Amino acid sequence: MARLHEFQGKALLAERGLKIPSGQAVQSSIAAKEAAQQIGGPVVLKVQAWVTGRKALGGVLFADTPDEAASHAEQLLALQFGNFPVEDILVEECLDIAHELFVSLTIDDALRTPILLLDCEGGSGIEDRAASVARIPITVSNGIDRSDVLRVLAKSAIPNPSHADIADAIDRIVQSAREVEARSLEVNPLVVLANGDVCAADCRVTIDDYAVFRQPELGIEIARELDHPATDLERVAYQLEQEDHRGTFYFAQLPTEGWESSRGLIGFHGAGGGGSMMSMDAVTNEGYTLANFCDTSGNPSAAKVYRAARVILAQQGLAGYFGSGSGVASQEQFHSAYGLAKAFNELNMTLPVVVRLGGNAENRAVEILEDACQMLPGSVEGYRKDDTPAFCAERFTVLMESRGDCSSDQLARQVPAWVGGDAEAFAIEGGHVWIDIDQCDAELTAKMAEWSSGVLKDNGEGIPILACDDETAAKSDSEFIACEIECLRAGRPVLFVDLPIPGIDSPKEDR
Amino acid sequence: MAIIIDQTKRVIVQGITGREGRARTRLMREFGTNVVGGCTPGKGGQDVEGVPVFDSVSEVVDASGGIDVSVVFVPARLVKGAAIEAFQAGVKLVMLVPDRVPLWDAMAIAECAAEQNAEFIGPNTLGVISPGRAVIGMIGGRAESAKQWFNEPRPGKTVGVMSRSGGMSSSCGYYLSRAGLGISTICHVGGDSVLGLTFPEVAMKFQDDPETDAIVLFGEIGGSMEERLASLMQSGRITKPVIAYIGGKAAKEGTRFSHAGAIIEGDRGTHAGKVKAITEAGGVVVDGFGDLPEAACAALGVSVEVTP
Repeated sequence: MARLHEFQGKALLAERGLKIPSGQAVQSSIAAKEAAQQIGGPVVLKVQAWVTGRKALGGVLFADTPDEAASHAEQLLALQFGNFPVEDILVEECLDIAHELFVSLTIDDALRTPILLLDCEGGSGIEDRAASVARIPITVSNGIDRSDVLRVLAKSAIPNPSHADIADAIDRIVQSAREVEARSLEVNPLVVLANGDVCAADCRVTIDDYAVFRQPELGIEIARELDHPATDLERVAYQLEQEDHRGTFYFAQLPTEGWESSRGLIGFHGAGGGGSMMSMDAVTNEGYTLANFCDTSGNPSAAKVYRAARVILAQQGLAGYFGSGSGVASQEQFHSAYGLAKAFNELNMTLPVVVRLGGNAENRAVEILEDACQMLPGSVEGYRKDDTPAFCAERFTVLMESRGDCSSDQLARQVPAWVGGDAEAFAIEGGHVWIDIDQCDAELTAKMAEWSSGVLKDNGEGIPILACDDETAAKSDSEFIACEIECLRAGRPVLFVDLPIPGIDSPKEDR
Repeated sequence: MAIIIDQTKRVIVQGITGREGRARTRLMREFGTNVVGGCTPGKGGQDVEGVPVFDSVSEVVDASGGIDVSVVFVPARLVKGAAIEAFQAGVKLVMLVPDRVPLWDAMAIAECAAEQNAEFIGPNTLGVISPGRAVIGMIGGRAESAKQWFNEPRPGKTVGVMSRSGGMSSSCGYYLSRAGLGISTICHVGGDSVLGLTFPEVAMKFQDDPETDAIVLFGEIGGSMEERLASLMQSGRITKPVIAYIGGKAAKEGTRFSHAGAIIEGDRGTHAGKVKAITEAGGVVVDGFGDLPEAACAALGVSVEVTP
């Protein structure tokens, strides 16, 4: 999920007419001093971090002078919360608060609607007062009913003259949540100042990951829930996912502290969230440390699975590769087998591999994977739905124990020497297809037509050419990958699908 | 009987001319589903696998004399429009297969469904299958596989399966079948946080289905549907045996593995809370997924045919 910092959330509210404290987000102590000077008077400095209870953790400090603000800022910028170092500090005017309210919009999965949680005694100790928090219904089409809000306020200790302004503010909060498609939007607290103004003193917004594509002004780079700043590889993977919507591709790196005392660092490739979680348990139970979580499912193309495998294997220090999902996949598993076989062959895979390919067409999938990888230095084994994750994990251990000296650090992508010479090439999405026509003959070309599901045909002289228009060809990356692997299995590697991954493979403009 | 889908239901496919729509239309028909039409705006007059294509849902409804279910295979951003079009054309059950449907769209769909007194399944559902009868969505894949994997109902030993994980719904059906049990229907309710039918509604359908002897579920951390199911069991509205596995025990709070719904917020939706709720309501919660078939057999008082 795409979380926004307090200052970003407040800016969204301010754009929609809500009052927020005057202040500024800064990244240095000098800027903090300038901000304090500009605000004038005492200020509060708040780290921008996704933690609860910032104040108790030392993330909120008060300063009477700009110099004090500078020294506080320096102290706060040295902090780290979880895996996130503090990068931004919000410097704000101090508020003269008369009343605090807890306002939180959240999604109720039972009602299938947003709801507003409202408490007129503020947010501190809210967990203990959960039962007394008012739950006000919201509809997607009509928002919140003002009279519902006023009814709750009427029972509170907050003086009546503020009620209309509070109801206005809540209306704007609900509108804001709807406009930015928030999964949750919390203003804790919404405050009534001594002068009667109603103001958002804090703000936490989480945007719906699936709506980020139509919220470009929010500038969210990666719509993913991660417990660490996105790594380079996670950025690479996220970009790949955005460009190819055939099936799901999810990649996240995991904490690996202490992996040295485990049986080894492993690349994990799952299929489907539920099955992946169980498979991760199985391989973790065998004593390995998982470097990453990855899920390709929902009938992914061979190209997508290929790219996922390449991303996984671009991690440093891996000693093995374990793949397993639900085990009874509805999707035809040979697409995944082709994608994996291509990645492993391109890298001349040295690491042991166990992949559970149970599901539709599992026999064909296992045969493709094992046959296409039999010449590789690393052992590659495929398994089926009647092989449990625990059994696959045991097999993995057997392979790990007999492996040679290998690490993913040594893997390098190998492009055939004939690529880029006199070979035939045509463009597809994300790369090119190369055919070594000197090595083709009528018999092979006939087979290539079959292996590529008819995307290729004989030009009448025993040479394969496109059987479809350029646009169809451009989208046939998976058919070409199938053809490449089948050529390889036949001992005639005359076709190569070049799909360089931005951020992993250096761009080779000359090809 | 079965729930949600059988061979008598008249089904249409929205987005029938797309990659998935086309492929799934063929597979659904091969399994026995009565697909009477499909629609894609601007493609009216064509046919897909012998199924007539129309420009809109209301045209299919008019031409076919009423339909029971629409299965939606359109890009995620177009799902809201497609679902609302189906409800407004009078369709009472809409299945939303696509992944990544925006949350506020899903809530708008829910609002419209309630207004039209209609139901929906999904978004992000693999589908629903009633072995020996019909399938909607993608579950099971090829008809021959699905027929081989999932037993038809067997008197006195038939379970209904519901799951929050797509892949695991097939896995549950397969391993339960291997243990000798029959399956009335397998329903993947979807992986998102706002869904149409959830466990309580599906369980009520199983409760009312004379063929279903017990209910097996694959639950997950996050959300409230397991707890709400437990309330129905506590209040005596669900009396058939309930056997459950809850995934995500090892997941940290706030982490998410692909399923948007499987996220714990605060102390809501924890693994321990769900296990406790179902157990206290008289259900059986197994610790390992592999223990499900045996526990289901035990709950029905039948012996396991093949040890999984």
